[in-house]
Amino acid sequence: MSDGGEPAIIAGPAPLLHGGVPFDAANLTGGAMARAPQPDATSLVNDPRARGYTYQILLVAALIGLVWSVSHNAYVNMQARGIPMGFGFWDQTAGFDINQTLIPYSSLSTYGRAFWVGLLNTALVGALGIALATPLGFAIGVARLSPNWILAKIAMVYVEIMRNTPLLLQLLFWYNAVLKALPNPRESISLHGVVWLNNRGLYVPHPQFAAGAEWIGVALVMGVAGAVGFRFWARRRQELTGQPAPVGAVATLLSLGLPALAYFAAGRPIDFDLAKAAGYNLSGGVPIRIELAALVFGLVTYTAGFIAEIVRAGVLAVSHGQSEAAGALGLHRGLTMRLVVIPQAMRLITPPLTSQYLNIVKNSSLAVFIGYPDLVQIFAGTVLNQTQAAVQVMAITMGVYLTISLAVAFALNLYNARQALKER
Amino acid sequence: MIDAPAHVPLAYLRAAPEPALPAPIFSRGALAWMRENLFSSWISGALTLILLALCLWLIPPLVAWATIDAVWSAPDGALCRAHQDGACWAFIAKKMDYFRYGSYPQSERWRVDLTEIVGAILIVWLLWPRARRRDIGAGLFFVGFPILAFVLLRGAPPLGLPVVDTVLWGGIFVSLLTALVGIVFSLPLGVLLALGRRSSLPVVRLASVIYIEFVRGVPFITVLFMANFMLPLFLPEDWTPDRLLRPLIGTVLFAAAYMAEEVRGGLQSINKGQFEGAMALGLNFSRMMGLVILPQALTLVIPGIVNNFIGLFKDTTLVSVVGLLDFLATIENAAKDTAWIGPTIAPTGYAFAALFYFVFCFAMSRYQAFMERRLAAGRRR
Repeated sequence: MSDGGEPAIIAGPAPLLHGGVPFDAANLTGGAMARAPQPDATSLVNDPRARGYTYQILLVAALIGLVWSVSHNAYVNMQARGIPMGFGFWDQTAGFDINQTLIPYSSLSTYGRAFWVGLLNTALVGALGIALATPLGFAIGVARLSPNWILAKIAMVYVEIMRNTPLLLQLLFWYNAVLKALPNPRESISLHGVVWLNNRGLYVPHPQFAAGAEWIGVALVMGVAGAVGFRFWARRRQELTGQPAPVGAVATLLSLGLPALAYFAAGRPIDFDLAKAAGYNLSGGVPIRIELAALVFGLVTYTAGFIAEIVRAGVLAVSHGQSEAAGALGLHRGLTMRLVVIPQAMRLITPPLTSQYLNIVKNSSLAVFIGYPDLVQIFAGTVLNQTQAAVQVMAITMGVYLTISLAVAFALNLYNARQALKER
Repeated sequence: MIDAPAHVPLAYLRAAPEPALPAPIFSRGALAWMRENLFSSWISGALTLILLALCLWLIPPLVAWATIDAVWSAPDGALCRAHQDGACWAFIAKKMDYFRYGSYPQSERWRVDLTEIVGAILIVWLLWPRARRRDIGAGLFFVGFPILAFVLLRGAPPLGLPVVDTVLWGGIFVSLLTALVGIVFSLPLGVLLALGRRSSLPVVRLASVIYIEFVRGVPFITVLFMANFMLPLFLPEDWTPDRLLRPLIGTVLFAAAYMAEEVRGGLQSINKGQFEGAMALGLNFSRMMGLVILPQALTLVIPGIVNNFIGLFKDTTLVSVVGLLDFLATIENAAKDTAWIGPTIAPTGYAFAALFYFVFCFAMSRYQAFMERRLAAGRRR
């Protein structure tokens, strides 16, 4: 770079451009002066603004050149290899099967359909992972701070093991060494014939809805709405009168009792289709495949280790005076945590917690290694291999992850703005 | 009148204090500790007992599996198949060379060893807080060592070192190589990106932000796929990068974005007075950064860099998705060897890999915690 320390005055009319007094003129008129006056005009080389513009123009030119040469090369190479250019493959028949689909799909469906299947499978793992890793991580993080020595040590060992071994190793361990080692379908382990477990998956009863089952759904919604309403009322009353209400018991009763009542009132409209041994395999039931189980289990146990550390750091950052004050008010340790410490710690916990959630979604791409049909395995794997349209397929795949990340980052910024300490 | 002479001692008055009674047995020593830490309440006590029972139920069988019941030496898998309730360490012992070098030719393996030893010495030099002339160490590590490693590992016919094709590379040294290349090359790139993100020039800042957020928003696997499938398309037809080089480029590009965020954190924690002082001395941008800001910022982010290195080292297991034979992939491969196949092989292999990664990463994380405390010491009042 040419930004040397010495003030280099460039030849030519540069000083005049700035409208200042030219250096030489000053020297000529003041011949008697002992020292030369400082020039108040800087040359273009030393003008930070001019330099800034130059750098930026150079950078833009370099980036345009890079993009142009990359796309030119890609065009030439793709033509030479007969790789399709557009997105025409999207509507072509995929011709491969997927062993777990949340929406109807067959090998006659299109590549576009396969994309949605993969996206939904990724979303399933992400949602399950987040829903399970959060409570586990919080529990372990709080356990690490427990006054019970043995509990704290076990939580510490758990965190260290999870954080210091690769996720892929853990996934392969759960998949190859644990779940694949389960008995084969003919020797399935069965729990009273209701739940079956073998090296293909966990088979749970498949509910069959008959007429009248919709009333159970209605009752469930009403029960949950009633529970939420009761909680609002109870909090209001407690704030006004100080009288607590048994929110937990009432909420459980409402949200479980009402559907149960509806179930019997409608004449038991739900029938359960249990899995049954049929030859070499099981028939009926809903199979939870071991690929899904291994992926979710591995992701949850791994991420919970990281969440635990985040929770611990957040809790420790809450001033000790807060828990002492809560103790002085007569709250026991559990309530102190729940009502005083954790709500304040959440402000610190949320940003890194969100990035762990994003990590779960991104790490679900390790599905490739154990054959779970997620977005990367289906789309960046099979579809890419079949269509050879590497650029388009990778652009779509990365675009999906990028969209999720940016959407979550945006939501987090909104949350942070709301949660920031309101200072006067 | 009762007027006892003063010199007559009164029998009911103490002349000397009675020695203090020992504290109650439940508030001293081990018992007090147990009461405080294991049985502080009914719930805590019950929890302690349950957890103790759980440990007793889990740990002894695990230890027995790894030691007493394990097969320590055997020519092939027959003995391991006969002893299914213990680990098969014989498998690890037999395959150790494969785990370390992959298929690197036997006669050339000293080159791998030499590279590893030189690398280890340079890393210790660089990370040892009291080592002298760490600037020389850094120069050797970031410039000299990559050249040396390239010449030694790949080979240089003029020096009498035959070229070893990267198809033959594999095992622990490929894992270490990937992680080290990732760190060594992503650090300068990350510093540039971090400076770009903090720049006052909007175009530079925008380009850096887009790059960093793009890379951090996508999974490592997709970056590897991109490097593997798209890089050959993006380059002129006659430049096909080596199959090892492609994932390495992907790794460096990926790691640079994370490194940039670490370095940015370091830059942000430097007091504004340092910038102003450097400018007042008349230093230009590159000298201000090179002589004043970056030395302080990079020292502050050593823990972060080590943390990145741990993450990257764990992530190198993913490179097998594009066909590199890293350590975990050699274990997977070796477990498929028909001479050894058996139910204890996979658990043994995974246990060994877990031990290897754990020792490595745990040591690094301890170092990181130590550096964090050490760096914080100077700022504590």
